[in-house]
Amino acid sequence: MVRKRKLARGVAVVGGGLTKLGLFKDRNCKDFFAEAYTEMIGSVDKGIDPKDIDAVYVGNFTNDFFVKQAHWAPIIADLLGLVPKPVTRTEGACASSALAFREGVLAIASGMYDIVLVGGFEQMSKCSTEEVAEGLAMAASPYEVAAGFTFPGVFGTMATAYFAKYGATREALFNVTIKSHNNAPLNPKAQFPMTIRDFMNARIERAKTKGEPVPAWKDEKAYLADPAANPPVAWPMHLFDCCPISDGAACLLLVAEDMARKFTDAPIHVAGLGQGSGYSLHAKKDLTSYEATRAAGTEAYEMSGLSPKDIQFAEVHDCFSIAELVHMEDLGFVKPGEAHRAVADGMTRLDGPRPINTSGGLKSKGHPVGATGVAQLYEVWTQLRGKAGKRQIPNPNLRVGAAHNLGGTGGTCTFTILERR
Amino acid sequence: MEKKPLNDASYEQYLNDRRIMGSRCRKCGALALPPRPICIACHGSDLEWVEFKGKGKLAALTSIVVAPPAMAREGFGRNNPYIVGVVELDEGVNAVARITGVDARNPGQIRVGMPLRADFASKGDGDAKQIALVFKS
Repeated sequence: MVRKRKLARGVAVVGGGLTKLGLFKDRNCKDFFAEAYTEMIGSVDKGIDPKDIDAVYVGNFTNDFFVKQAHWAPIIADLLGLVPKPVTRTEGACASSALAFREGVLAIASGMYDIVLVGGFEQMSKCSTEEVAEGLAMAASPYEVAAGFTFPGVFGTMATAYFAKYGATREALFNVTIKSHNNAPLNPKAQFPMTIRDFMNARIERAKTKGEPVPAWKDEKAYLADPAANPPVAWPMHLFDCCPISDGAACLLLVAEDMARKFTDAPIHVAGLGQGSGYSLHAKKDLTSYEATRAAGTEAYEMSGLSPKDIQFAEVHDCFSIAELVHMEDLGFVKPGEAHRAVADGMTRLDGPRPINTSGGLKSKGHPVGATGVAQLYEVWTQLRGKAGKRQIPNPNLRVGAAHNLGGTGGTCTFTILERR
Repeated sequence: MEKKPLNDASYEQYLNDRRIMGSRCRKCGALALPPRPICIACHGSDLEWVEFKGKGKLAALTSIVVAPPAMAREGFGRNNPYIVGVVELDEGVNAVARITGVDARNPGQIRVGMPLRADFASKGDGDAKQIALVFKS
């Protein structure tokens, strides 16, 4: 019998920071984290004295092998001038910083600390694409790697299972990509602030300038269907199904709920916290579902007393386009097999009934893996505070949003529900 | 009968003898491939070796165009993609493996559900030589 989870003490988010995401070869992950931290300090409405931060949890995935430097917690303590405060690094592949967030919440809920900084950082642009692909594959299951799978290959495999089971085609994936890229130009932090039509028109202009034959794509879907414009990586995953390589950092300031109003009149509360683990591909019972996502969702829903229909918007881990569809189903936003139709019908657009990835998602906002979990929560926090600018969800009663973060090929998952009360 | 420990090393040794060996839980009967030391169905730890016939059907697949370094060294990549997939064995467990005898350049033509049988492929040289489990159409 599983006991209903609850925090012994409530926790609220009162500040946040996120770097512009992209490829910044002349800056490193300390620079990124300092930038996100500085924005966070400035974002706390009534101010925060850094001396009052009790502890820090930071997520990072790849620095041990991309930077050849381990033991990052004290480096961050040193960077922020927070020595000798306790700083802890968390690692859960692409979910590394969502684990930092979770540890920060639990540390406050336990009564141990009152004010905790959580965040994540990653520098990926200094490695070749091959090095990045090989490094990220360290987070796949050893059996998958031994058989010759790559990261996009595992998700491509799940896509063919999804297609065979539900009769969907690559057009379902095009709809996800087009939708996410429609949001990206509205996000000043996005790595690719371009719609798919922008990509298409740029390619046409380039052909005209160079005097080459001008491609005659009739629309975005025709562009995405053309292997010359959108080559395969691990069929059916093509280039525009895959998130980019990104640098960046994100952080949030967490405080005990009972002191939140000292920092802001608009605290955003942690309503639900869930985490799950998953089997590797050969041991999965269902190739069109992530058990880690289902477990994380169940835990967070039970803790919050909310159900999937209460989640007004969400950031969903779209490392590959197919993942967004499967996760929407695992989180209960739609029934199994219905996500591809829901996206085609516009449900997940910024102005739709349930916007998904208003930030542009990992695909177009960028995916600095160790920073992503907190970057997603930064977007939910920003939307709930009504400060998302041009991409603000057009709903005056926005109250509940969530972030879903996946590590590896499904081995770790978190689902976090935030609420404005 | 079989005394080898139920682990990845023994699994690979059996593969070198062209045998597909996994585990069966003596308590609940659950099968696992590769073998497991602990039953994930009933959490029992009394497991025995069991041989799989190597027949099944294709459950899902991908055609890898951007190859990882180990496969690129074997000549795979943009001009020579390869298929890996999930194979549902007749005994009811899944395996992940290379799929041969299919056209990796036209993966859309490969049918999910097609029957497959086990094959054994040699990888590496000298002491590093290892037989890998693959499936062919």
